[in-house]
Amino acid sequence: MEQVLLEINHIQKAYGTHVVIDDFSLAVNKGEVVVIIGPSGCGKSTLLRCINALEDIQGGEILLNGEEVLKEAKNISKMRQKIGMVFQSYDLFPHKTILENIVLAPIKVQKRTRPEAEKEAVELLTKVGLADRKDAYPRQLSGGQKQRAAIVRALIMHPKILLLDEITAALDPEMVREVLEVVLSLAKAGSTMLIVTHEMAFAKAIADRVLFFEHGKIVEESSHPKEFFTHPVTERARAFLKTFDYETEQNS
Amino acid sequence: MDWDAIISYLPRYKDALLLTVKIGWLGILLAFIIGVLCAAVIHQKIPVLRQITGFYIELFRNTPLLVQLFFLYFALPKVGVRVSPQFCGSLGLGLLGGAYMAETFRSGLENIAPIQSESAQSLGMSKMQAFRYVILPQAVSSSVPGLLANVIFLLKETSVFSTISLMDLMFTAKDLIGMYAKTIECLTLLVVFYLIMLLPVSILGSLVERRLRHAEFGN
Amino acid sequence: MPNLGIDVLFKGKNFLRLLGGLWAAVRISLISVAISIALGLVMGMLMTSQNKILKAVFRVYLEVVRIMPQLVLLFIVYFGTTRVFGWDLSAEYAAIIVFSFWGVAEMGDLVRGALISIPKIQYESAQALGMTGLQIYLYVILPQTIRRLIPLSINLITRMIKTTSLVMMIGIVEVLKVAQQIIEANRRTSPNAAFGVFAVVFLLYFIVCWPISRLAAYLERRWS
Repeated sequence: MEQVLLEINHIQKAYGTHVVIDDFSLAVNKGEVVVIIGPSGCGKSTLLRCINALEDIQGGEILLNGEEVLKEAKNISKMRQKIGMVFQSYDLFPHKTILENIVLAPIKVQKRTRPEAEKEAVELLTKVGLADRKDAYPRQLSGGQKQRAAIVRALIMHPKILLLDEITAALDPEMVREVLEVVLSLAKAGSTMLIVTHEMAFAKAIADRVLFFEHGKIVEESSHPKEFFTHPVTERARAFLKTFDYETEQNS
Repeated sequence: MDWDAIISYLPRYKDALLLTVKIGWLGILLAFIIGVLCAAVIHQKIPVLRQITGFYIELFRNTPLLVQLFFLYFALPKVGVRVSPQFCGSLGLGLLGGAYMAETFRSGLENIAPIQSESAQSLGMSKMQAFRYVILPQAVSSSVPGLLANVIFLLKETSVFSTISLMDLMFTAKDLIGMYAKTIECLTLLVVFYLIMLLPVSILGSLVERRLRHAEFGN
Repeated sequence: MPNLGIDVLFKGKNFLRLLGGLWAAVRISLISVAISIALGLVMGMLMTSQNKILKAVFRVYLEVVRIMPQLVLLFIVYFGTTRVFGWDLSAEYAAIIVFSFWGVAEMGDLVRGALISIPKIQYESAQALGMTGLQIYLYVILPQTIRRLIPLSINLITRMIKTTSLVMMIGIVEVLKVAQQIIEANRRTSPNAAFGVFAVVFLLYFIVCWPISRLAAYLERRWS
């Protein structure tokens, strides 16, 4: 029996009258990697921000291990520690070194000791190939390095689930791979992840399940990513995928 | 140039400088405190207080210090509030400077992208923790050049203190010119003493600005 | 409720005199701002020059303006130069000279900042089209900097109006001086007039400067 980790029930999100997410539901099992794709501005990023309670929702509920995630709730800090998030623009703290960026929250929020937090930080940095850059400031790093550091900053909190919001969208093409490889290795190690991305090849390689999202709704859902990417069922998904594929365009 | 006269004037200028510096720095300290409080009120969007703060800032940024001092010194005693010239000088400078400092801190806070606070919160930090460990340190360091510019501006503004019968540098120069008519000597000393007061702050200001512009964090 | 002297302002032509004083102050600022903008544009272009001597001269000029209180400059020009050169300089001219000296430096620095913020490729592509140096400034560079400069120039106006309060110290009869005269003249009948009159002066400055600075802030937000 698979264990449901994250459960989203009928959530509704609107800015004023503009509906961004419309009656959206999803259940993510422990160890599962769910990839969300869809055109820009379709509400994918907003969805991730809602799950981390950075946005309030107008209806429905978000449950992690059966506990509700609510923006103004008392336990929100505890809940957010369990939900790691990595942003498109890395958003490291520019006034702190990489190591300080990573150990800040473990020390201040989880009240761990500095030596212990630093030890784990260095271990994680070693895994992503950044151990030698631990004393650098964010602006001295390349985009790819910054993003790997941001992933470590989320991982050190030992989140139950990791939300990745277009983490390669701001990167130069040659840096995309180094970041995605880190994510692939996390998936192999059994991490639960909810990923928003525009990298179709990556999505195909990593996803246990793919959601095609448009206008705040799921248009198509598939537990067989290989099949989804070659033979999407809906017309919308087919048209969307086609925009990524120049060869098909020319051949057909 | 009458060097004997200049030497005989020196002690009076020195006293005037010390007085100006004393009242000036007290005023600047006050301005700093008022500025931080007002910027926090506006940034945290505290109702009512925020409107009052906004009115205070606009009022004092859009009127001259001279008029503010006249009001504090000549008008308030008529309704029973009597203050010493020295206190009046520091208070006036503090109120004027507070309005400018508040704007400097506020724009320092505003320049930090909201996602900085969000990414801190996504790590489980409370809003207060995010403000204290992530937003504030960045805002303070980005406000430093503006703060120093305000300090220079406020120290310059002290030149109107003589109008509320404070024996500052301007008062001394005017007084000595009136007594001995050695205009050039008195004005030269006036310039020299203002340089002594302001040049160090100005040099510090450009050093800090260059450092911040070229180095930021990590260089 | 003690008599706070507002009534003094409605005696005879007192209020009109106060407004007259305000106009004297505003007139000095407007003339100085006009001079500052005109000369500041030229100054700013010259300041982008790479000539070492020119650069050093500008540095000293800017630094003098940056750290010398305007009142000190007023004293130097009004009392000092008349003494040294023996010429006859009215207080109003002295004020305009000092305010322009200050304004040209500020405008020049703003213009320089705006000019160097225009990417080099803009100059190059204009050159590639065969434009001369003056044409490049006139048709390509200046139009791009105007939006940045207008709010800053408007701000300079309010700062000048505020600073004109200083000119009473070299004997110009502006609003504060008129206020003092009114208070003095009514000392016996209205001993508390200082409160009402200075309060009104306070408000007058605010009423003049506040809309102008709001306009500058609005334009800055809109055009940035």
